Amino acid sequence: MKRDIFQAIADPTRRAILVLIATHAMTPNALAEQFHTTRQAVSKHIKILNECELLNEEKVGREIYYQLKIDKMKEIDQWLEQFRKQWEERFNQLDQILINLKPKNNEE
Amino acid sequence: MKNNLLMDFSVDRKTNTVNVIREFAADQPTVWAAWTQPEILDHWWAPKPWKSRTKSMEFKEGGRRIYAMVGPEGEEHWAMADYTSISPKDNFKFLDAFCDSDGNINKEMPRSDWNVDFSKKNKTTTVKISIKHDKLEDLEAIIAMGFKEGFIMALGNLDEVLPTRK
Repeated sequence: MKRDIFQAIADPTRRAILVLIATHAMTPNALAEQFHTTRQAVSKHIKILNECELLNEEKVGREIYYQLKIDKMKEIDQWLEQFRKQWEERFNQLDQILINLKPKNNEE
Repeated sequence: MKNNLLMDFSVDRKTNTVNVIREFAADQPTVWAAWTQPEILDHWWAPKPWKSRTKSMEFKEGGRRIYAMVGPEGEEHWAMADYTSISPKDNFKFLDAFCDSDGNINKEMPRSDWNVDFSKKNKTTTVKISIKHDKLEDLEAIIAMGFKEGFIMALGNLDEVLPTRK
């Protein structure tokens, strides 16, 4: 199942996990310690992050280490860039309106 | 048209808030009017080729604006704003929502909390907008409502928007 990347960042614990594994690979046990939560709860979040294709996993002996795929996070920035452009467009229109408004409003 | 007016866009993921700051080359009462009078608002609020059409607007605390974003094929997306606070020429706040043409709120869609600040800076006016969402993914739902197509088509089309310009 492929999930939307926004599901990954919709949850505060998952955002915190992403921050932690952005800098170094961590095992689910190490993550669970960070959040004072159960290994099961962390596993659930990891499963979702994995389905969002945000994780690199590496097996070392019996442990699995997870690290963030930074490239994937860029999708969010690209999407936000569209949103930003929409505002730019809207404001360029407003600039023109203001040019036309000026004479009228000076009477106020 | 190129200009050197400041625009800043940022997203605070901790508070699910979009912040937009923009300077306008007009005095504060004029910019305020452009944001708060329906006949002016309808000229710029929709990204081309969409058009904004206000059905009703009562700009006062507790008042409401109901408007449609009308697409090139005549499709209508209805939305509303409930004004929660107004300090003339300086600030207004509203809660937005998607609705039908009678103003019945679509509860499936997220609402967001808008704060719009106006301040004078030399000969320009700075407008600071912050839009707070319950969830960051709400942002995506909002853009999916149809603005995206409109704005992509818009980029090459700017001159047509301006029939009143000499």
